[in-house]
Amino acid sequence: MTDTTLIAPQRKPHALELAPVFIFLVLALAPVAAAFGPETYLLGLFTRVMVFAIAALALDFICGYGGLVSFGHAAFVGIGAYSVGILSAHGVTDILISLPVALAASAIFAYLTGTVCLRTKSVYFIMITLAFGQMVYFVAGSLAPYGGDDGMTLQVRSTLLGFQPFKNDRVFYYAVLLFLLAAYLACRAIVASRFGRVFRGAKENPVRMATIGYDVFKYQRIAYVIAGMIGGLAGFLLANVVEFVSPAYMSWQRSGELIIMVLFGGIGTLYGAIVGAAAFLLLEDGLGSITENWKLIFGPMLVLIVLFARGGVVGLIERLTGRAGRG
Amino acid sequence: MSLSLLFVQTLNGLQFGVLLFLIAAGLTLVFGVMDFINLAHGVQYMLGAYLAVMFYALTGNFLVALVLALAAALVFGLLLEFVVFRHLYERDHLEQVIATFGIIMFLNQGVKVVWGAAPLSLPIPEMLSGTIVLMPGILYPVWRLVIIGSGLGVGLILYLLVTQTRVGMLVRAGATNARIVSALGVDIRRLFMIVFGFGTMLAAFAGVMIAPILSVEPGMGDGVLILAFVVIVIGGIGSMRGAFIAALLIGLVDTLGRSFAIDILRLVMPPSPARTVGPAIASMLIYVLMALVLYFRPAGLFPVRGR
Amino acid sequence: MVKVLMTSVAAVALLIGQAQAQEKLKIGVVTTLSGPAAVLGQQLRNGLQLAIKNSDGKLGGREVQLIVEDDELKPDVAVSKAKALIDRDKVDFVVGPIFSNILVAIMKPVTDGGAILISPNAGTSNFAGKDCNANFFVTSYQNDQNHEVMGKYAQDAGMKKVFIMAPNYPAGKDSLAGFKRFFKGELADEVYVPLGQLDYSAELSKIAAASPDAVFVFLPGGMGVNFVKQFRQAGLADKVKFLSAFTVDESTLPAQKEAALGFFGGANWAPNLDNPQNKKFVADYEKEYNAVPATYAFQSYDAALLIDGALKATKGNTADKDALRAAMMKAPFTSLRGAFKFNTNHYPIQDFYQVKVAARADGKFQTEIDKKVFANYADPYAKDCPMK
Repeated sequence: MTDTTLIAPQRKPHALELAPVFIFLVLALAPVAAAFGPETYLLGLFTRVMVFAIAALALDFICGYGGLVSFGHAAFVGIGAYSVGILSAHGVTDILISLPVALAASAIFAYLTGTVCLRTKSVYFIMITLAFGQMVYFVAGSLAPYGGDDGMTLQVRSTLLGFQPFKNDRVFYYAVLLFLLAAYLACRAIVASRFGRVFRGAKENPVRMATIGYDVFKYQRIAYVIAGMIGGLAGFLLANVVEFVSPAYMSWQRSGELIIMVLFGGIGTLYGAIVGAAAFLLLEDGLGSITENWKLIFGPMLVLIVLFARGGVVGLIERLTGRAGRG
Repeated sequence: MSLSLLFVQTLNGLQFGVLLFLIAAGLTLVFGVMDFINLAHGVQYMLGAYLAVMFYALTGNFLVALVLALAAALVFGLLLEFVVFRHLYERDHLEQVIATFGIIMFLNQGVKVVWGAAPLSLPIPEMLSGTIVLMPGILYPVWRLVIIGSGLGVGLILYLLVTQTRVGMLVRAGATNARIVSALGVDIRRLFMIVFGFGTMLAAFAGVMIAPILSVEPGMGDGVLILAFVVIVIGGIGSMRGAFIAALLIGLVDTLGRSFAIDILRLVMPPSPARTVGPAIASMLIYVLMALVLYFRPAGLFPVRGR
Repeated sequence: MVKVLMTSVAAVALLIGQAQAQEKLKIGVVTTLSGPAAVLGQQLRNGLQLAIKNSDGKLGGREVQLIVEDDELKPDVAVSKAKALIDRDKVDFVVGPIFSNILVAIMKPVTDGGAILISPNAGTSNFAGKDCNANFFVTSYQNDQNHEVMGKYAQDAGMKKVFIMAPNYPAGKDSLAGFKRFFKGELADEVYVPLGQLDYSAELSKIAAASPDAVFVFLPGGMGVNFVKQFRQAGLADKVKFLSAFTVDESTLPAQKEAALGFFGGANWAPNLDNPQNKKFVADYEKEYNAVPATYAFQSYDAALLIDGALKATKGNTADKDALRAAMMKAPFTSLRGAFKFNTNHYPIQDFYQVKVAARADGKFQTEIDKKVFANYADPYAKDCPMK
């Protein structure tokens, strides 16, 4: 069986190293440009892009560096969103309570399901994570007091000590940007750490890592919990962006879209996930406004990317700039 | 809950299982031999159903429509293989997933453009459209028995093909270790094309057989695809026997769960919450089953050796 | 090439000329155009487009620009698209959506954004009651009502035992609650199936074992197609009466065909409803789209008529929202369903019928009015609405 991994090309110090800096600069300046257009809509769109980027980032972390392809990652997004929704239905809107609850809930879920899922490998892992994702999906759909399958509207965005800083779209935008930056830096730091080396090593050769004396399972489970918590963070933010919570956030199609975002951007690069999320959602929005049959364009695009642009958008840029550099 | 109802529901469960096996057989074959995750299997099933509806409208004969639909599906499948899939065999699973997902998107929208968004239907052939009395007061549609029969037939044919023929031997060898088969001088590319074409026909056949009882609509293959994956994963990827047994298991668990979950819950809780909790649990059952199986047997019930 | 250039120059000039004459009336549409439910979303869009076409591209004397967005049946996508309509396109009206969960999601962004939301299908109980909204109008019904029609019919027909079934989601529960509000006989069983279920053999066996007088089901879209075919195949159609809501209608009949003949539904309209405006509508729709219109199309056609009538009253002015709302409240148009007025909660007061599936001479199928069940019927939630 071929490995479910892409071996990241050995990169030399290169202009592309600046890519993450560039991406975050663009994101930081985007609201300035948005102010000249339909601001609420553009800010909302970009905020949503960043939220999905956080979720995709978490997936890239376990998938690109650990070889753990989760087909149930949307479940964490849903758990985070429902934490906000359910607390808010009981009058608790303060971020100091709802965010920790969202993170804790997804961490617990990740720990429990990770214990089961990580016994399996490759395709079996994909399917067992799908199974748990589906279970959470059906549970959410049967939560009649919280809107069941219809979902529920949040009356207000999360508050902070009685204030409503997120009510302002720009403030909220920058808050999400900070969360994204924090998640990115955290993932990067973890990947580069001793922990990350073991985790990455377990992807290439779990037997060797075990022989050296590392309990691979434990490392993978910790990474899975971290990814789950970041997914929960994305869910917490998504509930606030849309001001609505729904089981639709955790359907298996959503998990599939997250995988596509990661691949679209370029797996195993972290910032590729951000590019992928942006490309996916902006294409969905843009093509959708050109024709209602936008999937006729989008579908073949995915095929072409796989066939001709290995490594996703980032890989493509890498090769183009590399070629340009060589003259 | 009477004994006769239990009997009928068991039969229903087996029938749903056979239906799932029809869809899962091609998937596990392609996956097992070629190590290729073909998410587009579901849309090939959908395409089979649509083609049958179209050819039925043209010819008015179910059998002719079935044959033409299979032929057309095969041609289309081989075309897809030639243009896209052939270049994906060497790629890793994730890339296969994303490319075949793109094909799902394209075809789901494509059938909408060609045949419209409204659901279509395929009638049951006249002579098979009645019901028979299984036991006093309980009727059973003949077509469902035909589905059971054709599913068992497909199972038998596959069994004979795999165990008795040379291609079958290569398929078995390929499922265990494709590299060595290729090193022994077998034209693996041709083998793959045959297997893929056969898988496509199986998907289309399932679509045609099921079209008379289900609505033919865009996206009809998506939910079924997930169920088929659950089946082949529980069975052990590449194992035909595993897929058969897992399909029956899932058919039974799902149908019996749906039929009796509420009655069982009523024993332990008041009727009203039982009515809402019951269906939620019933829809989760197959996933719980899959998680349990994989927990105790991480490579499915009948793991194929060598992977 | 020169010719193309010339025509485009002319077109641009024409466009500029029009813009100077009067600003276009922008109407946003949020509807489901992907996935299996697209057939309903298309009917909604078609109904609107037909109404606008029939009045020469104008509503209330103003040139109309229709901006159609696909909600993909995803609440977060719907909210983003709704915000785009409000903020980017600055629409005055949003018409849509099909599904209740999308309605719940887009309500706040649309009405807070200052546009008027007209629902040509979804009509949830919360917005009919305590959460009613001044900027929200409904041209369809309150979600429970079609189910109540069937309950009343079963009760009046003296049925003793009915088997009821719906998907396990809020609309499904509302449906069966609506049926039970009027039906007081015995329930053979009350079954909730997972949304999107394919095979109903387990439920059909239960029905056969219970042998009720009738079944009442709410199985929208493809679920209904599957169930109706399998119900007929199981040989139950001759023994058990088939009552339903949103299960046999013109969007599903092309697939159900003979299998649904003689089955009953509850509705506020049918293609053969006898009045001149409806006859014209059905004929026009069939000519334009080569399909029989369902309630979704007629209700969005009515939504366009509502906008037209209200703008005529305000002389095309959409800036003064109070005046616009007051004009809309008067329901200044001739509805395709005949008698129509708005209740205090902006939901309709209208007649409801029991409809029956029939084959037409041209081989197509449609629902036809069988019996009027409710006259001038208002939903029971209006009393909880603070708007007076």
